[in-house]
Amino acid sequence: MTLADKGTAAPTARSSPARQRRLHQRYRLDLKASPYLYIAPFFILFAGFGLFPLAYTAWVSTHDWSLLSDDHVFVGFGNYEALLSDPYFWNALGNTLSILVLATAPQLLAALLLAHLLTMRLRGQTFWRMGMLLPNVASVVAVAVIFSQLFGRDFGLVNWVLDSLGAGRIDWQTGSATSHVAIAVMVAWKWTGYNALIYLAAMQAVPKEVYEAAHLDGASRLQQLFHVTVPMIRPTIVFTVIVSTIYGLQIFAEPQLFGGGGANGVTGGASRQFQTLTLYLYEHGFNRGFEFGYASAVAWTMFAVIVLIALLNYLFIRRIRSAQ
Amino acid sequence: MTLQDLDTAPADSRRSDRTALPGRSDRRARARLRLMREQPGRLVYLTLVAVLFFSGFPLYYSFVVASRDNSALAQVPPPVLPGANLVENVERVFATVPFGTALVNSVIVSATVTASVVFFSTLAGFAFAKLAFRGARVLLVAVIATMMVPVQLGVIPLYMLMIELEWTDTLWAVIAPGLVNAFGVFFMTQYLRGALPGSLIESARMDGASTFRIFWQIVLPVARPAAVVLGVLTFLTAWNDYFWPLIVLSSPERYTVQVALSTLSGGYVTDQSLVLTGTMLATLPLLAVFALLGKYMISGIMQGAVKG
Repeated sequence: MTLADKGTAAPTARSSPARQRRLHQRYRLDLKASPYLYIAPFFILFAGFGLFPLAYTAWVSTHDWSLLSDDHVFVGFGNYEALLSDPYFWNALGNTLSILVLATAPQLLAALLLAHLLTMRLRGQTFWRMGMLLPNVASVVAVAVIFSQLFGRDFGLVNWVLDSLGAGRIDWQTGSATSHVAIAVMVAWKWTGYNALIYLAAMQAVPKEVYEAAHLDGASRLQQLFHVTVPMIRPTIVFTVIVSTIYGLQIFAEPQLFGGGGANGVTGGASRQFQTLTLYLYEHGFNRGFEFGYASAVAWTMFAVIVLIALLNYLFIRRIRSAQ
Repeated sequence: MTLQDLDTAPADSRRSDRTALPGRSDRRARARLRLMREQPGRLVYLTLVAVLFFSGFPLYYSFVVASRDNSALAQVPPPVLPGANLVENVERVFATVPFGTALVNSVIVSATVTASVVFFSTLAGFAFAKLAFRGARVLLVAVIATMMVPVQLGVIPLYMLMIELEWTDTLWAVIAPGLVNAFGVFFMTQYLRGALPGSLIESARMDGASTFRIFWQIVLPVARPAAVVLGVLTFLTAWNDYFWPLIVLSSPERYTVQVALSTLSGGYVTDQSLVLTGTMLATLPLLAVFALLGKYMISGIMQGAVKG
């Protein structure tokens, strides 16, 4: 490719017709092949380390496949049948959905309100934006560790505040609902500011005239937010709902480390009160027995759930678009 | 889907010009209106300060715990100011897990992944944005579609693949799946479409430059601002990755920072000072990056970033 650099410059009168033809061919080859060469690394690496494993999961899931044995017996939908009749799977699905809703709904609503504040002409705009994004910089592990300390039963700051207010201490980890709330707080803390910035970007694209009209009609600022802004940035809202859902369905580090990282973390508490689907997958795939076939069935089921939810969201957008 | 989102939501494209108004009093009313809309009151600032407090406090508190010994945490009321045990706790962290090695491992992984993602994304972004080729549209749609694919769910065959390649328990296993990502390609395509003048490429071709030379000498310099944004976002994602490194790395001297950190919190009685000192050490480099390059992150996210 670089060889051609020197030659293709305007052919001099001295160069023979054969040489000219060769240069021309090289030029055409460069023009035709280069684009494919440039996008090839992405597609090859993504196919190898991303798509292929995901697709192969479906194949593995139809086998009794363990790392510890060389025989991979085809069992059809056997793993799925076992999965669907395991109460722990349904428990994990329920926990995941509960944490997902508890984390996502308040988070996106708060992000919307924050973005609304950020659209105003603030002093020190960058400062506020950076402050909002600060929690997103910390890793999920760091967030989980810090909040596990804050939500500690005996020495946690949250319980100390509750105690001082006369509300009494809560054993956050033991209860099903309370552990879900604690985990949801971790997720919301990390992602609220991030989503606020996405909403802010969308809000800045809404024409100002719309607000003036609303203002002349006597709409308050909060009314403007919900009756003007929200409908205008709806595609962005649906987009964040989808992304948050995909993220939320795969939550792993927060519950694992909330349970202390060891065996208690993998099961999501002593009575599996906060075991999520990814923890369940991890438990079967990598923590005990390396049941790859069974764990693959879990992964593929999760994939189906994600696709289903994304598809519903997509159809939802289409309906809005066509209604407009 | 995302493409359209972005088109309707370009960052900072405030449409400030309104149509000129005829009457003077009318104009004055408009001006007053604008003032009302855009001058935030004290309550707004108060709310923002409260938000800032909640954003910063957990990080601050981890520093408080990291600088005290465990008995101090049992006090009533709990300590809210830093103590004097920081150095001792840091030494304990390094004595418990090979944290220095973990930091080096994380730097190797994150730097390699970042360099690769930025380079390959710029390369592919250039092709999609400015080169004409058959199937370009379909392939770009394929890239966008893959942004949403939850590849984390492919861990089991990925692990099997690493066994085949004999890469388990090596940093390669952590690096390889991160070498490219769809968001990077999409992001660079969007950027180069707007920032790279077609005439520049045409005249370079006239002068006989090959496509790769155009990429090297024209596209790369033009792409630099977007490369910084993409680089910061990619570095953070790689640094904070946890699930896959936890699975594929087994010996402590191969651990990345996040895995090392998680092993600190294992065990029956958690040593809070120790764990939160580790957390602080793992987060400090990121806070430094954030302080320096945070505004690039913000612009990246506002141009439509998607979680890694």
